[in-house]
Amino acid sequence: MPDKPKVAFYWCASCGGCEEAVVDLAEDILKVVEAVDIVLWPVAMDFKKSDIEARPDKSIAASFINGAVRTSEQEEWARLLRRKSQVVVSFGACANSGGIPALANQFHKEDILKFVYEDCPGVDNKAKTRPQTECKDEGRTLSLPELRETVRSLDQVIEVDYYLPGCPPTPKVIMAAVQALLSGKLPPRGTVLSPDIALCEECKRKDSKPADLSLAEFKRPHQVLIDPEKCLLAQGLVCMGPATRSGCEALCPAGNMPCTGCFGPTSRVKDQGAKFVSSVFSNIAPKEEKEIDAVLDGIPDPIGSFYRYGLSKCLLRRKLN
Amino acid sequence: MEKMVQKVFDEGQRKANQSYMRGRTVTIDPITRLEGHGKIEIFMNDQGGVDRAYLQIPELRGFEVFCQGRPAEDMPQLTSRICGVCPTAHHMAGAKALDALYQVEPSSTGRKIRELVYNAFMFEDHALHVYILGGPDFIVGPDAPKELRNVVGVIGKVGLDVGKKVISTRRRVREIINYAGGKVIHPVLGLPGGVAKGIASSELPKLREIAKDSLEFAKFTLKVFHDIVLKNDAYVKLITSDAFTHKTYYMGMVDKNNKVNFYDGEIRVVTPEGKEYDRFQAKDYLDHISEHVEPWSYIKFPFLKKTGWKGFVEGGESGVYAVAPMARLNAADGMATPEAQKAYEEYFKTLGGKPVHHTLANHWARVVEMLQAAERMVELTNDPELTGRDIRTLPTKTPSVGVGVVEAPRGTLIHHYETDGKGLIRKANLIVATLNNSARIAMSVDKAARGLIKGGVVNDGLLNMVEMAFRAYDPCFGCATHTLPGELPLVVTLRDLKGSVIREIRR
Repeated sequence: MPDKPKVAFYWCASCGGCEEAVVDLAEDILKVVEAVDIVLWPVAMDFKKSDIEARPDKSIAASFINGAVRTSEQEEWARLLRRKSQVVVSFGACANSGGIPALANQFHKEDILKFVYEDCPGVDNKAKTRPQTECKDEGRTLSLPELRETVRSLDQVIEVDYYLPGCPPTPKVIMAAVQALLSGKLPPRGTVLSPDIALCEECKRKDSKPADLSLAEFKRPHQVLIDPEKCLLAQGLVCMGPATRSGCEALCPAGNMPCTGCFGPTSRVKDQGAKFVSSVFSNIAPKEEKEIDAVLDGIPDPIGSFYRYGLSKCLLRRKLN
Repeated sequence: MEKMVQKVFDEGQRKANQSYMRGRTVTIDPITRLEGHGKIEIFMNDQGGVDRAYLQIPELRGFEVFCQGRPAEDMPQLTSRICGVCPTAHHMAGAKALDALYQVEPSSTGRKIRELVYNAFMFEDHALHVYILGGPDFIVGPDAPKELRNVVGVIGKVGLDVGKKVISTRRRVREIINYAGGKVIHPVLGLPGGVAKGIASSELPKLREIAKDSLEFAKFTLKVFHDIVLKNDAYVKLITSDAFTHKTYYMGMVDKNNKVNFYDGEIRVVTPEGKEYDRFQAKDYLDHISEHVEPWSYIKFPFLKKTGWKGFVEGGESGVYAVAPMARLNAADGMATPEAQKAYEEYFKTLGGKPVHHTLANHWARVVEMLQAAERMVELTNDPELTGRDIRTLPTKTPSVGVGVVEAPRGTLIHHYETDGKGLIRKANLIVATLNNSARIAMSVDKAARGLIKGGVVNDGLLNMVEMAFRAYDPCFGCATHTLPGELPLVVTLRDLKGSVIREIRR
């Protein structure tokens, strides 16, 4: 019997939701386990880095890597898996474009350390102790890794063959990707493995989206009772659907809340936020600057709204000063 | 003469052990900079015993800071990304903080939908730990070969049919969260004053059936625990052994009758003797909890403010306290539902009365809580208000400060937001479940290492038992430092007194 293809799952800076998404394959996970040999999956199985190091190069059929990249350790793991794998799949929003952890690129490391260990209410730390990369406790030397300034996407560190979008990717797109890999029917390198059309196309509210939106004001979700049938943009809510790739079957709108853009843009769009601004803001009803500003007051956090999952990969990238 | 022989023998043994340990400079990987992963440093003494073991958490992401300037109503969704294993806990603590921030009482239906989602979440998250994360240590065995100490080994022991039942039960319970919350991983239902989406009455028969099956499954799990753990004297001995015991304060949320409540109530603290020490509302948490900082870990160490930080020590003089299932059962006078209450009584009867100090008893307490979560799901799916149309009360007041609390699977979870008049975050503080336990977990790892590693003998089975000292808490260091990965591939480094690496073991 020929060997089953070998598959690895690994995580970098992420929340573990991508791991849970794999567990959420539920009954299908048994089919996956039958078809492949899992050689690395820290959440559910014991493993050693040396096991992977000992494998011949390119001997792993596919590695699924989730999470953004922050430290040298994660860089090493990413490079190791790249060397050992025929295919690397960037798994989920954090690996693809930084995800929510990349919102930290709007702040400096020092802001974070100072708040957490000194200014945060409840901290009892008159000596202003901070975690040290090296310190002594009763003569014993202990060390910690240093935090990096910037959160990066996986493809800013290694070459990536395919992308699975989402925060997290849904079981359906994961299973489709696994099947494509197993059957060898692979799309061109660099493809995002989810339909290349806007989310609105698969949203149940699509029919109520007016051909010519006219936005007199933006509302925040807590300020209004949301109509469960009607297009969310037409209700004045910032719904990222028009600037976001489909594939999740519009889960958040099905939960009666706007899309926040976690599947990233389609292949024709370089910058998701810019796409949203260009496609939706042209529909702002008032034409006078002051009145336009008043409409935009309804979006108090444009970066968090338009680049919630993509700050590592967009044109803005990070705060410098 | 015999004494002399013994002395020479002991001396020879000591030297052999020393040279064995020194000789074993096997470093599986010389670099231990494992970001987001737990790391244990064990310092050996000259006798081949343990001088001190440190559990270090090597990262933080700083959610409190990068949420500044963002709209408060986004917080339940942003903070759920602290942890993809318990996103619903952060989401719900966030939603409750928004209620307080906007001074709005959720509508009755809105509250019941939240409670249904929350109990469904407690149930499936506990089931995950029982069968996949912590359970293998007991169901398969603490020193079973490591390739079997996982869910595959569990299925081997309990049978494929049971394995499939675990998978399908979790999937169906998670469908409830999916339906009401849009997404099960990072749900979107929570808004100030209630929820975004109502429950259609056409869904009720399905929800009731899932709830009923969950209760059967919880009873079945209690039976599995009985048959495999409690009937095994060696396991019971291990659970009650000194290496896994600490006498500390315990914290948990209770209702007005002092019964365990996961969603709402007051925070109650009991002394190591089990007497009520403190009872307070979440909004006053800063009067009761402070956080200590050590230079060797990114995690902070909360303690009871009135008693104070006295170091990593147990007893009534030290402000160290515990949260999570065992602590919740200790801090309450009982469970809120009948089947859970029965299991609660048996638990304390078997373990020698209240409070229980044996860390490994968390596994049992977790099953008792699964029963309560399932019973609440049955109650709520039979409540006519669940399908009401009044799902949300719109806020009308100006926001300023809001504190929300829930009992997460891993313990008391507090979200505290301060905003400007437009509801944009000025300051956020999160006291996360595992964080409350951080001092006790560090003590447990140290004590287990000291108790188990003797005469220079270190093997995989012993190290797994050191791991069990923290695994019992079902710790989520991802949550605790607001970083991830939440589950931890452990690195254990053994060092001699000079600090040189003797051996390093990774999982």
